[in-house]
Amino acid sequence: MAVGSPSIPPGKVNIPFYRDTRIIAVIVQIVFALLVAVGIWYLYSNMMNGLRQANLLPTFSFLSVPAGFPIAESVIEYNPSMTYGWAFVVGILNTVRVAVIGIILATLLGLILGIARLSDNWLLRNVALVYVEIVRNIPLLLQLIFWFSLTRLFPRIQESIDIGGLIFLHNRGVTMAWPQAGNDFDTWMQWVYGGIVVGGIFYVVRRIQFIRRDRPGVALPYAFLIALGIAFLGFLVTYLMNGVWPVSLSVPVLQRFNFEGGITVTNSFAALLIGLVIYTAVFIGEIVRSGILAVSKGQREAARALGLTPGQTMRLVILPQALRVIVPPLTSQYLNLTKNSSLAIAIAYPDLFYVANTINNQTGQAIPVILMLMASYLSVSLLTSLFMNWYNRRIQLVER
Amino acid sequence: MRKHIILVLAGILSFVLAACGGQAQQAPTTAPAQPATTAPEQPTAAPAPAPTAAPAATSAPAGGTSAQPAAGGVIERILSRGRLICGVNNNPLPGFASVDSAGVYRGFDIDFCRAVAAALFDDPTKIDFRPLSAQERFTALQSGEIDVLIRNSTWTLGRDGALGLDWAPTTFYDGQGMMVRKDSGIETLEDMNGATICVQTGTTTELNLADQFRARGLTFTPVVFPDGDSTRAAYDAGQCDGFTTDKSGLVSSLTLLSNPADHKILEVTMSKEPLGPAVRQGDPQWFDAVRWIVFATFQAEEYGITSQNLDQFLNSDVPEIRRFLGLEGELGAGIGLPNDFAVRIIRHVGNYAEIYNRNLGPDTPFNLPRGLNSLYTNGGLLYSPPFR
Repeated sequence: MAVGSPSIPPGKVNIPFYRDTRIIAVIVQIVFALLVAVGIWYLYSNMMNGLRQANLLPTFSFLSVPAGFPIAESVIEYNPSMTYGWAFVVGILNTVRVAVIGIILATLLGLILGIARLSDNWLLRNVALVYVEIVRNIPLLLQLIFWFSLTRLFPRIQESIDIGGLIFLHNRGVTMAWPQAGNDFDTWMQWVYGGIVVGGIFYVVRRIQFIRRDRPGVALPYAFLIALGIAFLGFLVTYLMNGVWPVSLSVPVLQRFNFEGGITVTNSFAALLIGLVIYTAVFIGEIVRSGILAVSKGQREAARALGLTPGQTMRLVILPQALRVIVPPLTSQYLNLTKNSSLAIAIAYPDLFYVANTINNQTGQAIPVILMLMASYLSVSLLTSLFMNWYNRRIQLVER
Repeated sequence: MRKHIILVLAGILSFVLAACGGQAQQAPTTAPAQPATTAPEQPTAAPAPAPTAAPAATSAPAGGTSAQPAAGGVIERILSRGRLICGVNNNPLPGFASVDSAGVYRGFDIDFCRAVAAALFDDPTKIDFRPLSAQERFTALQSGEIDVLIRNSTWTLGRDGALGLDWAPTTFYDGQGMMVRKDSGIETLEDMNGATICVQTGTTTELNLADQFRARGLTFTPVVFPDGDSTRAAYDAGQCDGFTTDKSGLVSSLTLLSNPADHKILEVTMSKEPLGPAVRQGDPQWFDAVRWIVFATFQAEEYGITSQNLDQFLNSDVPEIRRFLGLEGELGAGIGLPNDFAVRIIRHVGNYAEIYNRNLGPDTPFNLPRGLNSLYTNGGLLYSPPFR
């Protein structure tokens, strides 16, 4: 062997495989992956063994069995004769409902809060400060239970607080007069669709014009106005043709147990929404504040020098630049709000977590139900961050 | 550096090779050794393979059967832990499970926990109570967090089958009722069309309510809480027109309302609710033990044996009483309990009548009539198979 060694060019030395770091690295990784796989397999077979002994083998067949339990609030049609699968969907939609409304309201409140904390007005600034310090230091669950207990202080439904005969406050929630579709609703909806189409066309045409002339311009508000105008015109026309409004106000009337007509926001939903909004808005407010502070002071001074009012400065100069800093942490707050809504179980709002728990309790199918629960929260969260990431990229493009 | 890696790898390799080769060689010698370590209490049965163990253990007729499940059995686990873990109701349900002013658990269900502990340890205090909500209870049992669940849980086919549980004999025959305000003018369920009803989630009550209203073509709005405490509080605050749970639970909750005189329980029974202890499926011996502990309380009442007069009965010449009290025979061994388990239960907790009267009887605020919960000799449903 020693004779042949000189013929091997330097740099191409035959390294035995067990001394070659590249090969060792691969081997080590394969060994590690095998260990992980064996570990998972061991845990899995252990679990299946235990479940088999307890006669609890996981299956998804329960999804098509009638659920049998009632759900108090539902966005879609539901009654106890429908399946567990459908009940699960009801839970998802209930969570999405509170999350979407909550995110919108928390963003608005947070924006106001963030700006207020930087206000020149001493009172406003300190009120905002006190609010932030109090709310963020109290656990959310406690706040939810506080808001829910507060609804107990309202009178019983038979003795509701009457506000102008249109809004009724009672300890089961708020009942309000609410628009109700009349017979000619469909006729009027055609006008509405027409308005949307015309508005859309107007917007596109204007945008093309602006781009051709290479000048900035505002098109969206006019498009909205046109759509609204056509809808309103249609509203009047349908009334004149038939003598009945296509949409009328449904005024709630107290029946023996409940209000008939109008719309009722239950105290559970209201407490959950208020709790989530007030709690999340604090964190959003701090994010907004940090975003505004991150915009260089010179920008504000330059805007002022151009003669912009403080409102215009904020709206046109500061906030668009602050958004780049604000959006990424804002995404986590949106996700937090969605996930925190699972605390609803404490205040009787039938969200996803509550429904999944009940299904688990009745069917004993803990593993499939937990998997479904995790998959649902995961997809809601991923969709939220997908949207926010898209938005983030968009506003970063504007920056150039 | 590389040398180190090679050394380590070589070491691992030789280790693995040695282990593989070693295992093949040692297989015959290690196999018998394993049972010896897992079942140290049966040294005679250990070296012999399982099939021959049963005839070998001739001294105890049930020795063979008890040796098998005892290895990893629930009873052995409880005994080695030194305490029973009993799942009970997490919300105060006076009469069944609640904590008194001294911090001691009291109630009908609690006394059955004590009976199980007394049978196992001759000491009714060796219990860890695990308060559970209706939603948590079955998962806690399935996962082995608790040994036995005594939390007014209804025995149903679905739970017995799909939930992987086994129910010991019913300790309390109950039915679902409905509580309303007196001033509401409600007399029957039909009067409640459109009403809002408070109910605890994860219960049979929740399901029966939906069934009953659906069958009668009535609508209702449920207000559902995970625990009985908040359910009752919501009803008390007037957030619901009705409050439904088992009748015994209603009687018990009535005492906790802010103004009990304003409420009444409707004359309607919506379901059968047999309540009793439940154990996890998969350990027949433990199931048998819990089952016969409950039967022992029935049988003691039937014989008229109480915690007061127990000592007289211990001198009894009647063969069946002597067998029942473990003075003769080896009845306890078959179910993994000491022979005198009935004596232990009666001495520490008493017979069924004592348990009932102490918690729900005439001297308590509830004063629940025995009704179905009488011995079969008095027209009730309590019936114990023979202790022989």
